Amino acid sequence: MAFQLVLPDSKSVSQAPSPLAYAVDRTFFYAAAAGALAIILLVIYILWEIGGQALPAIGRSGASVLVNTQWDVQNSSFGILPQIWGTLYSSLMALLIGGFIGVSIAIFLTQDFLPHSLATVFRTLIEMLAAIPSVVFGLWGIFVVIPFVRPAADWLHDAAGFIPFFSTSLSGPGMLPAVIVLSIMILPTVAAISQDAIGLVPYKIKEAAYGLGATRWEAILKVILPTASGGISSALVLGFGRALGETMALAMLIGNANQISLSLFSPATTLAALLASNFPEAGAIERQALMYAALVLLAITLVVNVAGTLILLWTSRKMAKA
Amino acid sequence: MTNASVLEKPTATAGAAIDCNIDKIYYGKFLAVRDSNIAIEKGKITGFIGPSGCGKSTVLRSLNRMNDLIKGFKLEGNVHFHGQEIYDKGVDPVVVRRHIGMVFQQPNPFSMSIFDNVAFGLKLNRFKGDVEERVQHALTRAALWDEVKDKLKASGLSLSGGQQQRLCIARAVATQPSVLLMDEPCSALDPIATRRVEELMLELKNDYTIALVTHNMQQARRVADITAFFSVDISQGGRTGHLVEVGPTDQIFDAPQEKLTKQYIGGEFS
Ligand SMILES: Nc1ncnc2c1ncn2[C@@H]1O[C@H](COP(=O)(O)OP(=O)(O)OP(=O)(O)O)[C@@H](O)[C@H]1O
Ligand SMILES: [Mg+2]
Repeated sequence: MAFQLVLPDSKSVSQAPSPLAYAVDRTFFYAAAAGALAIILLVIYILWEIGGQALPAIGRSGASVLVNTQWDVQNSSFGILPQIWGTLYSSLMALLIGGFIGVSIAIFLTQDFLPHSLATVFRTLIEMLAAIPSVVFGLWGIFVVIPFVRPAADWLHDAAGFIPFFSTSLSGPGMLPAVIVLSIMILPTVAAISQDAIGLVPYKIKEAAYGLGATRWEAILKVILPTASGGISSALVLGFGRALGETMALAMLIGNANQISLSLFSPATTLAALLASNFPEAGAIERQALMYAALVLLAITLVVNVAGTLILLWTSRKMAKA
Repeated sequence: MTNASVLEKPTATAGAAIDCNIDKIYYGKFLAVRDSNIAIEKGKITGFIGPSGCGKSTVLRSLNRMNDLIKGFKLEGNVHFHGQEIYDKGVDPVVVRRHIGMVFQQPNPFSMSIFDNVAFGLKLNRFKGDVEERVQHALTRAALWDEVKDKLKASGLSLSGGQQQRLCIARAVATQPSVLLMDEPCSALDPIATRRVEELMLELKNDYTIALVTHNMQQARRVADITAFFSVDISQGGRTGHLVEVGPTDQIFDAPQEKLTKQYIGGEFS
């Protein structure tokens, strides 16, 4: 059944793969295809379920939920604008800080700043951050981060309160401690994936940069990072996605206050924190509204990931453009 | 430095751009090259030939401190560039590499546009003049201008292997370093491009000094003024390369002094 090439009096040992090899080949293909399909179906199913449960809320209030700022169970007025704001603001800030530090760590650990063995130890330590449970981060934030940043926050508020970021005083939980902890939480993701991306830059490219007389920083900033930019942007997108969905630590640290403020020191709230804190005691109507909020969170995450993929495609196409 | 110390160096050659006196080069514990003294003469092309693994690249790369990137690299001896010891403590390898350019065996363009690839060195050196003119000039010299003049914004990686190598040559000559080290620059090129690169080398040598590693004996014959023949000796258990003979190309090919050279040139090398 398998295709064979028959050559006259050939002494070659070349022959077609065995039927078993073909069978294994096919099996792998179907298994992989089934796996991929299952993921797609799962996503669609989740969307379907959540969408279905959110439908009454969507029908009742439509898009006004997105601009309404009150979450008022008594009057059945559900708005999630502060939550959307808090989610995006905290995640963007965390991306800014955690992304910068994460990429710096990746550079530090891959560009021979440290002896190899020490770099491996560091890398393992940072990856271990990813294994710390969210609630532990939350506790650490409450008992360590908040007391630690408070003096600095007070000082900044007194000295530079006219700057919107410092316009309120930090009374305990708030945006700043949440952002700090969130930055640390996305650090392992950003650092690990950036390290892999930088590690994929061929040695000969580095050699070319140094051969032209680049200093170490010129080689890193002008050649190595741009070459790894595709991988680094996906590291940032994944880190951002992780920040968007983080729930427990944020619910513990952000203060859960329904307000929109640029100030890093005022309490705020996020979609995930709203879901986590309100779901257990929600009645039927509120539950539908919460499902709507969940759908919005899902949509934001989806948009971020699609945008990230597009950026990735665009940069890699730009790099390999004919 | 007193006059006496200069006189103590009998190998220092008057017209040499680089005067290299290598006693030993190690990679970790491995002795890769021993006893190789060569003067890379100003305005000439010096060819390095010899069997694979005899240390041609190692010697070439130690002339602009490229080997400093390799962990475990250690050089005993000295390398003088216009009279200055480049392995001295205070010397920054970055500066050395800006004056002694390099073309590698494998094409290694950056993942940026063709134009930016060539302009890269100019920007590093804070060149204030007409960058576009320099880029065009360098690409023309590397025999690539006609092929890329309409797509300077395209990625350097979109070129064929041979075009990429010529791009790397253009990138290296754009800053007009005073010495150019070329490690088998034509191994990825077809015969036509090879000839054009050879013409380039011959043209460049009016202004620059070139050291060229090549496996192509005809090439060494065609372009090198001086040829250095390296070989490996396996007698002491290791595989240590060393310089066997250096001299005018004609002499090395037609009247070699050493038996090893004669055997290699004659093609009877094991
Ligand atoms: N980075 C390195 N680390 C350890 N050993 C090396 C390294 N580079 C080269 N060597 C060793 O040094 C010796 C000389 O290598 P080199 O690359 O200089 O040879 P070559 O003459 O250029 O050979 P070829 O003609 O094949 O390019 C070889 O035995 C090689 O194994
Ligand atoms: Mg070599």
